[in-house]
Amino acid sequence: MNTILAAKDVSKKFGTYMALNNVTLEIPKNCIYGLLGPNGAGKTTLIRIINQITFPDTGTVFFDGKPLKPEHIATIGYLPEERGLYKSMKVGEQALYLAQLKGLSKTEATERLKYWFDRLDISGWWNKKVQELSKGMAQKIQFVVTVLHQPKLLIFDEPFSGFDPINANIIKDEILQLKEEGASIIFSTHRMESVEELCEYIALIHQSEKILDGKLSDIKKEYKNNIFNVGLEVSEKNEIVKKLGETHKIWLSSYDEVDKQLDFRIQLPSNDTGALLSYLSEKGKVNHFVETIPSANDIFIETVNRKTNS
Amino acid sequence: MSKLSLIIKREYLAKVKNKSFVIMTFLSPILMVSMVALVVYLAMLNGSDKKVVTVLNESNFFTNDFSTIPTASVVQFYNLTLEEAKDSTQRLDYYGLIHIPSGNSMEEVAKQTYFFSKESPSDGFLDDLEDVFQNRLKQKRLESLGVTEQEYGDVNKNFSINTSTFFGKENLKGLNEMNAIVGGGFGYLIMMFIIIYGSFVMRSVIEEKTSRVIEVIISSVKPFQLMMGKIIGTSLAGVTQFVIWIVSASILFTIVFLVFDLDFSAIQNSGNLPQTQAMKMASSGMNNSMQQYADMFLQIPWLTLLSCFLIYFILGYLIYSSIYAAIGAAVDNETDTQQFMLPVISPLMLAIYVGFISVFSNPHGPVAVGFSLFPLTSPIVMLMRLSSGVGEGGVPVWQLVLSIFLLIVTFLAIVWLAAKIYRIGILMYGKKPSYKDLYRWLRY
Repeated sequence: MNTILAAKDVSKKFGTYMALNNVTLEIPKNCIYGLLGPNGAGKTTLIRIINQITFPDTGTVFFDGKPLKPEHIATIGYLPEERGLYKSMKVGEQALYLAQLKGLSKTEATERLKYWFDRLDISGWWNKKVQELSKGMAQKIQFVVTVLHQPKLLIFDEPFSGFDPINANIIKDEILQLKEEGASIIFSTHRMESVEELCEYIALIHQSEKILDGKLSDIKKEYKNNIFNVGLEVSEKNEIVKKLGETHKIWLSSYDEVDKQLDFRIQLPSNDTGALLSYLSEKGKVNHFVETIPSANDIFIETVNRKTNS
Repeated sequence: MSKLSLIIKREYLAKVKNKSFVIMTFLSPILMVSMVALVVYLAMLNGSDKKVVTVLNESNFFTNDFSTIPTASVVQFYNLTLEEAKDSTQRLDYYGLIHIPSGNSMEEVAKQTYFFSKESPSDGFLDDLEDVFQNRLKQKRLESLGVTEQEYGDVNKNFSINTSTFFGKENLKGLNEMNAIVGGGFGYLIMMFIIIYGSFVMRSVIEEKTSRVIEVIISSVKPFQLMMGKIIGTSLAGVTQFVIWIVSASILFTIVFLVFDLDFSAIQNSGNLPQTQAMKMASSGMNNSMQQYADMFLQIPWLTLLSCFLIYFILGYLIYSSIYAAIGAAVDNETDTQQFMLPVISPLMLAIYVGFISVFSNPHGPVAVGFSLFPLTSPIVMLMRLSSGVGEGGVPVWQLVLSIFLLIVTFLAIVWLAAKIYRIGILMYGKKPSYKDLYRWLRY
């Protein structure tokens, strides 16, 4: 079985409001899976269903091939978007408590906490009260508590919010490390650059429905529309531009008089670049010819807009 | 360790380690004892403040009667005119002057007697003074009628009817009241505990919501476990506090009253009850029935009462604190709880009022029975009734069983409903819910 988690036709209604409508997903093992979508799309509801905080009205969720059961809780680590700690409790006590609730024994939890506190360089905080910590510091503790029981499936909802760039990087490296060690990770965020960096798979949820999912590289291939960036060294540009403009959609970006360099973008009807390349080579020296790949951000905006308009 | 006991332990420690809780636990008995000690001390101070009054007696009816006045000591003037006596009293800075003019009869003299003073005299002193005259007048009047004091006392003797149950158990008048006071004490204790520690539960739920720790927790445990753990943990902290209060308050009382040699009866004495002949007679009669009352007090079925107290206390507390937990879950901050508090507090208040008014006068009447069956008031009202025992002459067994049965059913229903509201409410932010919202949550 290659999927750690599968949702089949999952629907959830709150009163008359449809929060999830027949969502089907498969999350492969040992990958980072981006769960994307605008605010209020239903991501949190889906995550809560996976964590058995709420339950679907119809549909089934399978964990490692078996229907989701209460005992699976101990093998899931969840860092919610709305997260916090008991303010008047000491850091160490609190981390121990949360770890024990996940089923670790006290000695085991202490040992692992010591390891993680050393690793993230926060050992000095053990006896501090949470209210003395900054937001970023508290987030670090929460991260540790989420991963402490070595869950098979980790769910991070906006894990980088509240972190400065340096600490965000540390956490990002830790997430990648956890994946290396075999964990499967669901990653819910609005920050598309981190999606680009981390996720192999994505699913896009919009207005309670899944509107797109798959391997990020495949999706990108699907979404590229044969637009190429071209740099051509040529002495006479007007003729070429006119000629190309008759048959293709073309965006002129610049012409350098000194280097005689013409930069433009052109859309081809198909992925077949042979004809164009040979034509261009006749006219001058092709300095670059690069296909533009849509960013996750572009795909996100385009898909959502298309869906909203239809 | 199971998750529930982990939660109970955390909630208990969080409460017990809380600074204001610690301060309240240790300060309250000190405050209470020092308040009582202060009142007693002030009463003693007041009682020992004897006034000096002067007496100008021109009649031949009173001799040293005035020395019996407990609130004043007396200086007798002889052979002075009224004006001279007034002057001297003022100059000596005494409290006042009693002037008794000469006259033929006691009645006439009494009518013309004046008490002169700088300020208006205290009621206590005037009562004492009037009693002296009253007693002498009564004596004279009895004499003129040819009746002895003994005969008069016999005439005045109170009658009290003998009462008994059909089963031959002797009843005492006023026993209902005494039982109700004992039961009422327990009922009141339950109410206080519910109000204080119920709102602790509520605040603790709100704290979890505002600190956003709630979703972290309920991804590990069921909301129901969290709610029950919270309720049990908080009530254990409450019981701890109560025990500390009772133990330390009684130790402190003993110490303070021994060290400072305070006398509790000073409070009663400061009222300066006039000890007339008739009163003394009455009180000797009272001693007799006091003894009977003490016997009856011991006959209160303490074992039944205490075991029922435990049952009603636990069930009643669980019902109310689940409601409190649900309210805490439904709102974002404490100010929003107001609209939900009234319906929670009012049955408790109603129970106390109904208890003290109708259980006192008629412990097994229809009102008392009704409220002792209704689950939201039964923990308080039934306890008031129970001090008269179960079975013969007391609460019928079927009523007790029905009442506990209803309470258990309600407990299950309320906890189930509260858990539903709790489960939804803890994840709702930013909206002040209406009753309609709560009703919708119940159906999710």
